[in-house]
Amino acid sequence: MTSASTPTLDFSQSPINQTLTPDRKIELFSQMVRIRRFEQAALKYYQAGKIGGFLHLYIGQEAVAVGTISLGGPDDHFITAYRDHGHALAVGMGMNQCMAEMYGKQTGCSKGKGGSMHFFAPDKNFWGGHGIVAGQTPLGLGLAYGIKYLEKQGCCLCYLGDGAVNQGAFHESLNLAGLFEIPVVYVIENNGYSMGTSQERSSSFGHCLAQRAEAYGMPWDVIDGSDIYEVRSKTHIAMERARKESKPTLLEIDTYRYYGHSIADANHKKYRTPEEIEHYKKNHDPISVFQRKLIAEGVMTEEQATEINTRARDEAAAAVKFAEESPAPTIADISTDVYWESDNQTPASQQGRHFFD
Amino acid sequence: MSRTLTYREALREGLDEELARDPNVVLMGEEVAQYNGAYKVTEGLWKKWGDKRVVDTPISEAGFIGMGIGASMLGVRPVMELMFWSFHSVAFDQLVNNAACVRYMSGGLCHCPIVVRGPANGGTNVGATHSHIPEGLFAAFPGLKVCAPATPADAKGLIKAAIRDNDPVYVMENTLLYGNSGEVPDPADGDFVVPLGLADVKREGSDLSIIAHGRSVIHALAAAETLQEEHKISVEVVDLRSIRPLDQETILKSVKKTNRVVLVDESKPFGGVSAMVSHLIQEQAFDYLDAPIQRVCSIDAPAIYSPHIEPEQLPNPRRIIEKVLSMG
Repeated sequence: MTSASTPTLDFSQSPINQTLTPDRKIELFSQMVRIRRFEQAALKYYQAGKIGGFLHLYIGQEAVAVGTISLGGPDDHFITAYRDHGHALAVGMGMNQCMAEMYGKQTGCSKGKGGSMHFFAPDKNFWGGHGIVAGQTPLGLGLAYGIKYLEKQGCCLCYLGDGAVNQGAFHESLNLAGLFEIPVVYVIENNGYSMGTSQERSSSFGHCLAQRAEAYGMPWDVIDGSDIYEVRSKTHIAMERARKESKPTLLEIDTYRYYGHSIADANHKKYRTPEEIEHYKKNHDPISVFQRKLIAEGVMTEEQATEINTRARDEAAAAVKFAEESPAPTIADISTDVYWESDNQTPASQQGRHFFD
Repeated sequence: MSRTLTYREALREGLDEELARDPNVVLMGEEVAQYNGAYKVTEGLWKKWGDKRVVDTPISEAGFIGMGIGASMLGVRPVMELMFWSFHSVAFDQLVNNAACVRYMSGGLCHCPIVVRGPANGGTNVGATHSHIPEGLFAAFPGLKVCAPATPADAKGLIKAAIRDNDPVYVMENTLLYGNSGEVPDPADGDFVVPLGLADVKREGSDLSIIAHGRSVIHALAAAETLQEEHKISVEVVDLRSIRPLDQETILKSVKKTNRVVLVDESKPFGGVSAMVSHLIQEQAFDYLDAPIQRVCSIDAPAIYSPHIEPEQLPNPRRIIEKVLSMG
């Protein structure tokens, strides 16, 4: 986490940000606002008992997903862990299908079979939504392996939390990425806490977590996640390295989550002080920071910002209504989407018994 | 025309034909390329197909299997070798959470056309950590398919079916079968594929059915021969070949014909393939049984090292014969 006194560079004029039109800037701002309003609605109805399981909120981290995904081209792919609502909306998934998924409804993006942690949209190059800490890191490597194998000029952005950096699968992935020159960009979204354990109490590191890349001969960088311009500027460099040189990068984007690890995290105000949370909200909130910049640039007015917020809130409310009114999966639905061959009723699926009771 | 090939050569021929058929098929694993395979299954394939199609990986099972799963979601068709299936434990999250569940959790938006193959057997005096037999374990996860060929022809036919299947298929081979020879149809006579989910009656008989898979089939056939010659008991041997999907029809047909069953399964007795088969038989053919279903499994302890005694921990012809004779 950066402090208020950290001098910050102005990344708004970096080449990749100079390409942003005023409309595109407002669109990115809107995406961040939409994520926040969507999650605030999800929180409300989770607490009302409408949503099952866990709810890992992204609020406070919006500039990371929106900034990085805004750089994606047709052959760039994305995969993340269970804190996936922000990435899902940023790739263009609709609020309705995402909210319905949390409600466990048939109209959900995963037909109510995945829940909050397992949103997918392969048509938008988004490959989940994965529940096991660092379990997605070899998959991200594989997506990038596939990009290279199929001779596409793209990359995979594979997100993980700061708690995932100590899992073996992640280190195996870094080694393979460096060894095979895989076009993957690992993005550690460092919100300071692996559940209730601070970075200092969970990780052995020198300067920062991303520095571990040096052990694998891999470039790395650290990014202030409250500034979408910086996020875009530095991530762009890593993505270009992947696309053009087929080389991986490890990025660490410092960010902060306002809520607990999940909403079931009863201790989230005990392992950190209320002052710490307030400090971040006041000085580093990615939406407020971007809003101030856009107003200063003359790209957006206060009124427009208010209107965007209102629209996002209405969209989230409509998504809740859609989810409420959608049908639940049936007992028959439990047994579909297990095998591709069975779902497609191929000859292979007709041979032998696939399901047992 | 068929030729005689070893199990190892038959697998290799199957892999080679699939590499030729589909440019997205890629073999990966420890020592599969330049070393020619720890058990020489992939011998010559790297030389023939090159670095892109046959890839040596570091000793990093979670990493490279996860990588293969990710690549398969984009349309690559990785065939990954575990030097021993026993090493599944270090890649378990990838094998059961990602490969088995990604289709389901995405509501059918993803699929995972991977093959993971390698030997899964005891009997080589390598101790408990290298002697796991996990076909029942993986067959217990909906979303996965599992097969265990016993003969060279089945090895070739099943590896080809596994590679063409659009779901994850785990092929359990056997180091003690790699050198066995058998008839394998000539490629000139057409594409030879053994579908998953199709059992094979390896020996016809009328008094009792032995149902087995993998190397236990070979033991069952030897036992059946002795039982016929020395005891005039006519034994039918059903080779499951595929564990999931499971050919229930062939199992029940044999049971209804002979009315007596011995299940031979190299796994440990608790749970597993033979326990599932036993359940199906009692559920669907109870009235056809003239005696309780019997099993010959590995003796219920971690795999012993001692070369003096390990063959006795596993199913073998003597144990099978004794079990059959004990049924009266």
